Amino acid sequence: MKYKSVFDIIGPVMIGPSSSHTAGAARIGRVARDLFGKEPTWVEIRLYGSFAKTYKGHGTDVALIGGILDFETYDPRIAESMDIARAKGITFEFIEEDSHTDHPNTARVKVGDEQSDLELVGISIGGGKAEIIELNGFELRLSGSHPAILVMHNDRFGAIAEVTQLLAKYEINIGHMEVSRKEVGKEALMVIEVDQNISEQQLEELATCEHILQVARVVE
Amino acid sequence: MKILFRNVAELVERCESEQLSISDVMIQQEMNVREQTFEEVYSQMERNLEVMEKAVEDGLKGVQSVSGLTGGDAVLIQEYMKNHTPLSGHTVMDAVSKAVATNEVNAAMGTICATPTAGSAGCVPGTLFAVKHQLNPTREQMVRYLFTSGAFGFVVANNASISGAAGGCQAEVGSAAGMAAAAIVEMAGGTPAQSAEAMAITLKNMLGLVCDPVAGLVEVPCVKRNAMGASNAVVAADMALAGVTSRIPCDEVIDAMYKIGQTMPVALRETAQGGLAATPTGRELEAKVYGVNLKKE
Repeated sequence: MKYKSVFDIIGPVMIGPSSSHTAGAARIGRVARDLFGKEPTWVEIRLYGSFAKTYKGHGTDVALIGGILDFETYDPRIAESMDIARAKGITFEFIEEDSHTDHPNTARVKVGDEQSDLELVGISIGGGKAEIIELNGFELRLSGSHPAILVMHNDRFGAIAEVTQLLAKYEINIGHMEVSRKEVGKEALMVIEVDQNISEQQLEELATCEHILQVARVVE
Repeated sequence: MKILFRNVAELVERCESEQLSISDVMIQQEMNVREQTFEEVYSQMERNLEVMEKAVEDGLKGVQSVSGLTGGDAVLIQEYMKNHTPLSGHTVMDAVSKAVATNEVNAAMGTICATPTAGSAGCVPGTLFAVKHQLNPTREQMVRYLFTSGAFGFVVANNASISGAAGGCQAEVGSAAGMAAAAIVEMAGGTPAQSAEAMAITLKNMLGLVCDPVAGLVEVPCVKRNAMGASNAVVAADMALAGVTSRIPCDEVIDAMYKIGQTMPVALRETAQGGLAATPTGRELEAKVYGVNLKKE
């Protein structure tokens, strides 16, 4: 089921005007920020479908930047997020795309700084809910409304076991898990939705496991 | 995680077999899903109720959107009601004015609670704060009103859609109005089955409603569609309480809504390409809002 909670229906409390184009967009931005793990210095966002047609009127652009600045959907600062980003020296660009996507409210978000970058595709599915369907070229499904860990790793035996053993050690329960890879033996991605937030230290410990290339988390 | 209902039929059946109200079942399911206590779930909904109250209050003082397309109508209606007896009745017009107030605040980038979306945020609180003058509910009954409407929205969201971009306005204001109708019935002392009938009757009369916002803004015609959604909800609730039933069961109406949404042209699904958005005046307003003449077919 796409919607699990009554508060997905009666909620979220948010700054208007559109749950799918404002609140959902802010969530996509915030997941990008969470996964990047720090404030980026540049942002490039491609908008598709209804997002591309109506983003100015709905404040979709403002909301995406607000999310990237780590603002919640109900944070009044969302309305001024572009000015705040400019003041921080963050550069951003919005590109309207004509091509067709499966979902009408789709955004491809690239964020980065001098050291690294991250690219994800988010869809806003209605009522303020969002899903991440692609991360750095990997297909995935991530709601952004549960705590989650994303682990980029080498596709080797034992890599998954090592990560799950560590989670077991900290008594962290896994609600949903997906593993995907582009090619056998190359880079792979684990997406693990968990029941409670992961601490910074636990994340660092995960990063030291064998075959692990990079870890990131989504906090609730 | 134990899901107690997946559709309206299961919801009503559970209420009847266990002698529970719809809000009881929704609260229980939420406690299961979140592994939280009654108090935790209840108090979060009470906070949402407070946000709705504040939004209506702000809207009735009069607000203007940034674009200037909407604002001030809630005040006009309230003034009219002070000096006239509304032809459609006091409760209906009160619901209309409070639905409008909520959506005017939303358009003005104020704080609202999405029910189920921001564009359709007026129907549920608008009706609630209007029928309360006649039904004199306790605070708990008002919070339960939101759980009951949430239960029906939950079914629609999981079996159809609550997104205008995916299913048109029928999925947003249509769902919201149906949710409100079902909640009014429970508050007025109707049965769970009557709530389902009220939802079905309302949604049937919202089928096919397209999403065609002028300039892509959640303003024209969204604010007034919430007004009509609220009035539709009050009327349908009265019909269901009178014992009128829908020949098409509620779940099948929801399914029909979903299929209509899937076949709705993209131009009429929140792209600002067709319908009212594409009228000469709609285009003129769009050009004025953006200060440019946007080229669109």
